[in-house]
Amino acid sequence: MTIPGILGILVFTAAAVAIAKPVGLYLYAVFNGGRTWLDPVMRPLEKRIYRWTGVNPAQEMRWTQYFLALLAFNVVGFVFLYIFLRIQAGLPFNPQHLKDLGPHLSFNTAVSFMTNTNWQAYGGEFTMSYVSQTMLVVQQVLSPITGLAMVVAFIRGFTRKSGNSLGNFWVDLVRAVLWIMLPVSVISTLVLVALGTPQNWMPYVTAHPLQGGTQSIAQGPVASMTAPMQFGDNGGGYFNMNAGQPYEAASAASLMFQSLLGVSLPVGLTYYFGKAVKDTRQGWVILGAMVAMFLGGTFVTYHAEAAGNPLIHRLGLKGPNMEGKEVRFGPALSSLFETLTTAVSWGSTAAANDSLMPIGGMVPLFNMMSGEVIIGAWGVGLLGMLSFAILAVFLAGLMVGRTPEYLGKKIQSFEVKMAVLAMIVPTFVILGFTAWAVSSKGGQAGIYNPGPHGLSEVLYAYSSGVGNNGSAFGGLGAALPFYTWTVGLAMLFGRFAMYIPALAIAGSVINKKTVPPSAGTFPTNTWLFGVLLIGTVVIVGALVFFPALALGPLAEHFALWAGHVFGGGS
Amino acid sequence: MIRHLWTATRMLILMVVLVLVYQAVTTGLAQSLMPYQANGSLVRLHGRVVGAAPIGQTFNTAKFFWSRPSAASYNAAASAASNYGPTNPALLKEVKTNLAAFLKANPGVKPSQVPMDMVTSSDSGLDPDITVASAMIQVPRVAAANHLSVSAVRALVQSQEVGRWLGMYGLPHVNVLRLNVALVKLASRNG
Repeated sequence: MTIPGILGILVFTAAAVAIAKPVGLYLYAVFNGGRTWLDPVMRPLEKRIYRWTGVNPAQEMRWTQYFLALLAFNVVGFVFLYIFLRIQAGLPFNPQHLKDLGPHLSFNTAVSFMTNTNWQAYGGEFTMSYVSQTMLVVQQVLSPITGLAMVVAFIRGFTRKSGNSLGNFWVDLVRAVLWIMLPVSVISTLVLVALGTPQNWMPYVTAHPLQGGTQSIAQGPVASMTAPMQFGDNGGGYFNMNAGQPYEAASAASLMFQSLLGVSLPVGLTYYFGKAVKDTRQGWVILGAMVAMFLGGTFVTYHAEAAGNPLIHRLGLKGPNMEGKEVRFGPALSSLFETLTTAVSWGSTAAANDSLMPIGGMVPLFNMMSGEVIIGAWGVGLLGMLSFAILAVFLAGLMVGRTPEYLGKKIQSFEVKMAVLAMIVPTFVILGFTAWAVSSKGGQAGIYNPGPHGLSEVLYAYSSGVGNNGSAFGGLGAALPFYTWTVGLAMLFGRFAMYIPALAIAGSVINKKTVPPSAGTFPTNTWLFGVLLIGTVVIVGALVFFPALALGPLAEHFALWAGHVFGGGS
Repeated sequence: MIRHLWTATRMLILMVVLVLVYQAVTTGLAQSLMPYQANGSLVRLHGRVVGAAPIGQTFNTAKFFWSRPSAASYNAAASAASNYGPTNPALLKEVKTNLAAFLKANPGVKPSQVPMDMVTSSDSGLDPDITVASAMIQVPRVAAANHLSVSAVRALVQSQEVGRWLGMYGLPHVNVLRLNVALVKLASRNG
């Protein structure tokens, strides 16, 4: 580890915390009827959109209605994208004459982008036409917003004093697109172009390298996809190697800009939450717990990567692990980005996760297994963290023998059951599918690296699917039918196993009277609660995966330092 | 539910239109404000496109500074990493092969002096950069092959050096294509 490396990580973290309040205030204005500087342009457009789509913005929805509207929007988005992928060869803006996608890959990709996972069983520059990339952008604009709408509705459940409705899904969607997603994407696209990302619709360029021969260089509307991809924590890169491909992140400056862009809305949401419940300390405690876990993970990864590979050091070489890393990022920034990719759940990568050291790769895996609540993507991260908070007050209540309360609402058996359900389903899916994959021919066929690392690849794939993350240990044969279907199902389970219970909790607590805090109330705006929350995430959320981690990355770590390789040779 | 589906369909079509407008606006702005970057930051030498500045290309002969090993063979229409895990024997074999080739081309260099980036594959397979240390260690070979003085080539490397961003982010590096283009120009001036 180097001083600039450590400093860089700390400075980034400070910047992320510093933008929480301004972003949160803006979100509050957008969703709670405040004024913003975009109103003169967007208000008339918003009204027109409601007229064209027949939406009555004043109509409120109960949690079941809210969920059905969201589900309908997801279903239509899925079908639409699926059709486009199946027929891209016949459409214009396909200068490389790329073929239609098959049914397996189209299913996998459409589910992936609809659920904000952006798991990619394909390489963009040799699979997707410019029209298909644009259709992927549509989902990159919309899918994070379904997550955001969810948490906004969830918070309304805790804050509304009367009624039993959670707002109007269509209104939340349209406002998020017009006030948040599109303006930020336009500005970010231009910043990315200035930093070296292309934005054109030309055929691939043929260059004549100095050493002779020719080089075909992929082009396209890269910047306008990268902006919403990173801002919306989608993660589906334009190119096969995503942010590692130098057009997508041409410099350390570009990658840092993208990182701050990706973390901005999720950290802002914690402040929004505090503001909405009229106690900003509630939000700061949640953010504090998130940042503590994130920093811990980053330094563990960085330490492992900076230490390097002892087997390579035996050849007389010195230095950090540079396999699968880019020089313009180096070990520190690569470690930061790869930890963020599963902490903030954006899923794009700037280094090859499959080639990280065993412990370096375990940290991103752990982040996903904990439910991607360590900051987390738009809405779903905070939603998961609030579910953990409900469990934490429940556990605290058990310890002192009082009825647990959270934000003035009594937490009873229904809420706890739903919070536990949101945690148990992903666990079963990850471990169940992994067991199936490693014990079946179809699953084994996709494993690339020998030994315990192969298990890590499979565990990572299903954790990424369920967590709606999208990053991968890239060696895995993700395009095999076995994985396109099982990971596709994992993505669906992960998405809806979190949505339904969370909205059910919101729908339940909105009917409860707010009780004033008493001497017996466990305060949830203190750092003591923050520590309890971290404990709950680690012990309840992630410890269940310890046996699997012991067989995968931990086994590989100890074998590696004992000088052992797997699969023959030495 | 049918009503929701109908609303959802109309909403989606509208959103697709908004994204198309977004694509058109961003492309138009990028093309008119920053045409060089928007069209791929292409590098020309004597009027011919020799590559793109952010995209690496193969350099493995004596007279050029070498770029990093690549799992994609520098195919800029198909980025790829090796994806070798740290305990995969294939990784060790790859590093050994790369190390042997580098030592053979640069006589007098010891393994402990070879920077890690010269023997490992990058993430994209298109890494345009090498560390400053990796460039410096190639200076004697490159100078001899181009009939240039070691000090002139070393100065060339220093002139191309890019430091850490804000003093913190990334490794100090040189862009190999830019460095080699500068080298070709220097050699033709001297020759």
